Amino acid sequence: MPSTVTLAVARYRPENESEPSVQTYEVPFRKDWVVLDALNYIKDRLDGSLSFRWSCRMGVCGSCGMTVNGQPRLTCASFLSSEPPGPIRVEPLRYFPVVRDLVVDITDFMRKLKKVKPWIVRREDQPLAEGEYLQTPDQLDAYKQFSMCINCLLCYSACPIYGLEPSFIGPAAIALAQRYNQDSRDEGSAERLQILSEHDGMWQCTFVGECTKACPKHVDPAGAIQQYKLTSAAHWFKTLLPWGMK
Amino acid sequence: MSTVRYTPYHPRWYRRRVSVWWWLQSRSYTGFVLRELTSVAVAFFALVLLWQIRALGRGPEAYARVLARLRSPLFVALDVLALAFVLFHSITWFNLAPKAMVVRLQGKRVPDLLVAGANYAAWIVLSAAVAAILLRGRG
Repeated sequence: MPSTVTLAVARYRPENESEPSVQTYEVPFRKDWVVLDALNYIKDRLDGSLSFRWSCRMGVCGSCGMTVNGQPRLTCASFLSSEPPGPIRVEPLRYFPVVRDLVVDITDFMRKLKKVKPWIVRREDQPLAEGEYLQTPDQLDAYKQFSMCINCLLCYSACPIYGLEPSFIGPAAIALAQRYNQDSRDEGSAERLQILSEHDGMWQCTFVGECTKACPKHVDPAGAIQQYKLTSAAHWFKTLLPWGMK
Repeated sequence: MSTVRYTPYHPRWYRRRVSVWWWLQSRSYTGFVLRELTSVAVAFFALVLLWQIRALGRGPEAYARVLARLRSPLFVALDVLALAFVLFHSITWFNLAPKAMVVRLQGKRVPDLLVAGANYAAWIVLSAAVAAILLRGRG
């Protein structure tokens, strides 16, 4: 077993460079270390100026997504020992503007996420006296998978459509719209359908399927988008019928 | 970009442009672009069919001329290529069908293999029916 491993880390210091460069660091190789541990070692011992986001270290917060050896991954879930031999390349998430080193600006996603109303929409709230909204385990199962999303944005970084058409609302936002559409307590699916049927909505997706492969929480955004397309197409056909909806 | 001055409170973002060759960067991207291209082959088959129907409407001689043209090595080669593309198209889409169609029976999600299998079964049955009609027409 080697005693050290090399990390080739993308650096971008906007105050003195106009584009990113690569800096290599030699860190101890430990079997139980993930890429994030190696980055923290660099930050603590070798170079305090390296910038990156992280928080929970256990695949819950969704902050530490980066491009590791060319793939969008959570660095807290990428073991050094699972990487192929040679330097490990660590770059910021693809398709997002880089603020500094490994930190990207996710404002675009935050704006899109809000657009799909990712909360329970009610036409009229049930009075408090009537108690909570009840849900059966089967009703919970209908959306549970989509609710596992941690907004880590690996799916956006895996999506070539988002890279080519930055206006595309994107995998996670659509999966989260679907999470609320499938919720038995929600009444907002018609509003969301309007938003997602727009030019930058679900029809931009051509089913590359990479978002689902990249998702660390098995949300399957690609599946969510295709199911949404079916719903939307069925809705459109209904409007064609003489007795259909207006 | 260079006109924006960097200050601690005003980031100067770096935006990387997507390469024209992005679809060669991974095997799945290439597979995806090939699958999109198969639509050209599907359109080719449809056009050939329309061409044949038009010739059929113009009488037996016109139809025979078109058939002779279709037997030329160029068209046979194009047909073989288009068939390969259409098979790729069908198989990749059948494999993706379970992602788009979530079938629930008695509250349980039907396994993906079964949804894809149903598509393949329908394909085989329809192909067999078409083959039967064609072969009977011959005999």
